[in-house]
Amino acid sequence: MSGDPTSSMGFTLKIWRQSAPDAKGTMETYHVADVSPDMSFLEMLDVLNESLIGEGREPVAFDHDCREGICGACSLVIDGQAHGPETETTVCQLHMRHYSDGATIHIEPFRANAFPVLKDLVIDRSAFDRIIAEGGFISTHTGSAPDANAITVAKDLAERAMDAAACIGCGACVAACPNSAAMLFVGAKVSHLALLPQGQAERNRRGLAMVARMDQEGFGNCTNHFECMAACPKGISVENIARLNRELLRGALAPRRV
Amino acid sequence: MVEASKRLSSKAPRGPIAERWDKHRFNMKLVNPSNKRRFHVLVVGSGLAGASAAASLAELGYKITCFCIQDSPRRAHSIAAQGGINAAKNYPNDGDSVYRLFYDTVKGGDFRARESNVYRLAQISNSIIDQCAAQGVPFAREYGGALSNRSFGGAQVSRTFYARGQTGQQLLLGAYSSLMRQVGLGKVSMFPRREMLDVVVVDGVARGIVCRNLTTGAYERYAGDAVLLCTGGYGNVFYLSTNAKACNVTASWRAHKRGAFFANPCFTQIHPTCIPVSGSHQSKLTLMSESLRNDGRVWVPKRAEDGRAARDIPEEERDYYLERRYPSFGNLVPRDVASRAAKERCDAGYGVGSTGLAVYLDFRDAIRRDGQDLIRQKYGNLFQMYEKITAEDPYSAPMRIFPAVHYTMGGLWVDYNLESTLPGLFVLGEANFSDHGANRLGASALMQGLADGYFVAPYTIAGHFTGRPLPAVSADAAEFLASESEVRGRTEKILGVGGRRTVDSFHRELGGIMWHLCGMARSADGLNRAREQVQTLRAEFWENVTISGSGASLNQDLEHAGRVADFLEFAELMIDDAAHRCESCGGHFREEHQTEDGEARRNDDKFSYAAAWEYRGVGSAAKLHKEALEFEYVKPSQRSYK
Ligand SMILES: Cc1cc2nc3c(=O)[nH]c(=O)nc-3n(C[C@H](O)[C@H](O)[C@H](O)COP(=O)(O)OP(=O)(O)OC[C@H]3O[C@@H](n4cnc5c(N)ncnc54)[C@H](O)[C@@H]3O)c2cc1C
Ligand code: FES
Repeated sequence: MSGDPTSSMGFTLKIWRQSAPDAKGTMETYHVADVSPDMSFLEMLDVLNESLIGEGREPVAFDHDCREGICGACSLVIDGQAHGPETETTVCQLHMRHYSDGATIHIEPFRANAFPVLKDLVIDRSAFDRIIAEGGFISTHTGSAPDANAITVAKDLAERAMDAAACIGCGACVAACPNSAAMLFVGAKVSHLALLPQGQAERNRRGLAMVARMDQEGFGNCTNHFECMAACPKGISVENIARLNRELLRGALAPRRV
Repeated sequence: MVEASKRLSSKAPRGPIAERWDKHRFNMKLVNPSNKRRFHVLVVGSGLAGASAAASLAELGYKITCFCIQDSPRRAHSIAAQGGINAAKNYPNDGDSVYRLFYDTVKGGDFRARESNVYRLAQISNSIIDQCAAQGVPFAREYGGALSNRSFGGAQVSRTFYARGQTGQQLLLGAYSSLMRQVGLGKVSMFPRREMLDVVVVDGVARGIVCRNLTTGAYERYAGDAVLLCTGGYGNVFYLSTNAKACNVTASWRAHKRGAFFANPCFTQIHPTCIPVSGSHQSKLTLMSESLRNDGRVWVPKRAEDGRAARDIPEEERDYYLERRYPSFGNLVPRDVASRAAKERCDAGYGVGSTGLAVYLDFRDAIRRDGQDLIRQKYGNLFQMYEKITAEDPYSAPMRIFPAVHYTMGGLWVDYNLESTLPGLFVLGEANFSDHGANRLGASALMQGLADGYFVAPYTIAGHFTGRPLPAVSADAAEFLASESEVRGRTEKILGVGGRRTVDSFHRELGGIMWHLCGMARSADGLNRAREQVQTLRAEFWENVTISGSGASLNQDLEHAGRVADFLEFAELMIDDAAHRCESCGGHFREEHQTEDGEARRNDDKFSYAAAWEYRGVGSAAKLHKEALEFEYVKPSQRSYK
C-alpha cells in the first residue's frame, strides 16, 4: 500500500482535553481533513493544531521530540492502546495509512496515578527519574575506569544486556498495565546492569532500592497480565520482570552489614 | 595572511602538541577540595555534554543545578545518535593512534579547526570509552568478550565503537545514570521542563540564568558562579532536519546577545542519505545510515521529469551520476560531495518521486550479486525502518533518498578552556564551535560532547574559580530582575501581536529560505536575496504571528514562537557569515568558488581563520573578529575524489 500523496483522508478525533493538572478533563470531538496517508500520527495532530490555532482555539498539547521512536517522549493512548495499534511502534512512528478514511479515533494520555496529567495529553513521568536516582546506575567516578578491554563481557550477555537497555522510558508499560505497575521498566534497568560484570558490586541493593521507590511513587503490583510487553514499543520482554524478582530475592537473602 | 583579533585569545598552549594538555593542566590552579562545594555551577542542557559535565562536576564536589527542556534529562537529542563514537584505542591493531585520529579530524574538517583542541580530543577519546564501559554501556562485543569496532566515513581504520544502531541512546543513558546518581545523593538539583531564556551578567561575568518553567509559565531566576551551556545545535533553523523538534538556537543566541561571540555559524552539515520529504506536512526528517552507500548505487533517470517507475527504466536510460562524476570513489564520496551532487541533479529536473526531490539508492545489483539474504543480514534493520516510514519495499524497488540538515559545526566561540568571550560562560558539545572545523566526521560528535563534559570542563572551570573574584550574588539582584523583565517583555510582546499567521508557517518559510539560499550551495546573489527575505519575514512575524492560549501555563505554541523569533534573528548572522566567507570549505560551498569540475575551492591565504561574530543589535551587522588558525602539524592540502 504505497502512500498516494494526492489522496486525502479525514477523521473524527475524540481527544482528552484538560486545561491544568487539577482541572477536570473531558473528551472533545474534532474533525480533521486533508490528512495524507504518509503522515505520521503526530503530523496528523499537527494539522489539527494548525487549524485550531487558525480559529483562535487552543491547540492540543502532547509531548514529542525525536519523532523517530527513540526519545520516549510521545505518549498517547489511541483507541485504548498505548502507542496505538501497530506492534513495536511508538506513536510518532505510526502512519495514517494504517487507518481508513473517515474513522473515529480516541486519543487519551497515558493514565496512571504515578503519571499525573499536566495538560491535555501531557503527563508527568518524573517518577521514573526518581526510581533511576535510587539505584539505576553503576557507581563509577569519572576518570577511575580501567581500560575498557580489561573487563570482557561474553557476547551473548552483552546482547541480552542491550536488549534490556533498549528501553526508551516512555511509560507505555505502565499505561497498559491494569495495575499501573512499573515492573517492566524497573526490570529492564535492573536486568541490563545485573547481566554485566560491571554491575555486580551493587547488585544486591539495586533492585530492592528501585522497587521500594517504585512502591512509594504509587505504581501498582505486577499480577502477570503481560500487557506491558504487548505495548512496549521496543519489544522489552517480561523475562526482565522474572529476573527482577530473582534479583529481589537475592538481595533480600544477601548477608548485610549492620 | 589573516589579521587576528585582539579580542580572541585561544589560550591554547604552545610546545609539542602531545604535551600541551598535560602542561596546561599542570599550570592551572586547583580548587581546594573543601572549597569546591562553595562554587555553584549552572549546567544548561542534559545531553551528552551537559549530563556528563553535571555528573563529573558533582563528583568533584561542586554544587550543581542542571536544566533541560524535555520532561526528563534522558530525552535530550543525543539519544537519537545512531552510528557510533570514535576513539583511538587501536584495538583492531590496524594502525590507529592518537595522532592519526587527530590528523583525520583536522583534515576532515577541511583545515578550519584549532589543532590544539583537536589533538586533545583525540587524546581523551580513549578515556571516554573506558568511562562508558565502566558505566555499563552495552557496547557491541566480539565472541571473546572484547569490544568490537566498525569503520566509518573519512577514516581508513576501524575506530568506531557502537551499541547496535543506538549508540547515542546508550551513551546518554550512561551519562544520565551518573547524573541521576548525583541527584539521588543530593549533589545535583535537576530542573526539567525549563527553558533558559537569558544569561545574567554581573560585573562582566556570567552569574546566572533566567528560565521559563514550561509547565507553569513562571519565570525563574537562578544565580551561580559559572554557567555551562550544553544546549546542542541549531540545525532546526532549516525547519526540516534530522534534529529533534525542540533543538533550538535560543540559549546560544541569548548568550550571544550578552557578549558571547558566535563562531562560523554558516558551517552546517548536510547528510546525503535521509528519507526524502513526502509532502508539505512533513515535520522532520529521518536519517538512514551512510553505510548503505557501500552496496547501494545512486542514480536518477537520464530523461528529466521521467514519470516511469524505477523498474521500468532500462539500464541505458539511468544516470549513475556519482560513478560518472567520481569514477574512483563512486558512490562512496564524502557526505558533502554526495549531497551537492544529488541537489544538482534534482535542481536540473532529474529528481524522482512525487516531489521530484529525491534520488534512487538501488540495491538491485547488490542483491543479484550477493543474494537477498546477505543484504538482509547487513542492512535488515535499515530496510525495515525505511519500509515503516514509506510503505515501500526496498528489496523490490530502489530506496528514495535526499540530503538533509544534520549537524552544525558552528557555535559559540570558545577558547582552549571552553570558555566563551563572556567570562564565566562555558560552552560544551554541539553548542560550541570547537573541534570539527568546516565539516564533522561521522562518530565524532558523541566523542566531542563527552570529552568536553567528562574530561575538559571539569578541569578548566577551576581557572575561572581561582582566577576571578566572585563575590556572592543573589537571584534578586538588580541585574536578575532586569533580565527577567526583559524576557517577560519579549514573551508578552509575542503574545500581544494578535496576527493571523501560525508560528509553524513562519518556521517553515524560514526553513525554505535557508535551505534554498543558504544550504548546500550558496552564492553572493542568493545570500543577498536570503537576507532580504529573512528581514521581511522577521518583520512580518512581529506584525502577524498568532499564538493561542496564554503565557501562564503550559503552552507549546508559545515555546515554539520564542524559538522561531530567535531563529529569525540568528538566520541573518548565518547568511552574513556565509556571504563573507568567499571560499568553499567542508560543508560551506560557494558557487563562485569551485574548480572547473565543480569541486570546492578553499582559500587558505585569506580564510584560514575562525570567524567570531560580536553582536551589535538586531538588524545591525555583527562585528567580525578573526582567530587565525595555524597548522604546525597537519599541512593543508586540497581534497580530490575523482
Ligand atoms: C539522527 C542523528 C544521528 C546522529 N548520529 C551520530 C553518531 O552516530 N555519532 C556521532 O558522533 N554523532 C551523531 N549525531 C550528532 C550528535 O548526536 C549530536 O551532535 C550530539 O548528541 C549533541 O549533544 P549535546 O550534548 O551537545 O546536545 P543535545 O543532546 O542536543 O542536548 C541539548 C540539551 O540542551 C537542552 N536545551 C536546549 N536548549 C535549551 C534551553 N534554551 N534551555 C534549557 N535547556 C535547553 C536540551 O533540553 C538538551 O537537554 C547524530 C545526530 C543526529 C541528528
Ligand atoms: S517522539 Fe521520540 S519516541 Fe516518539
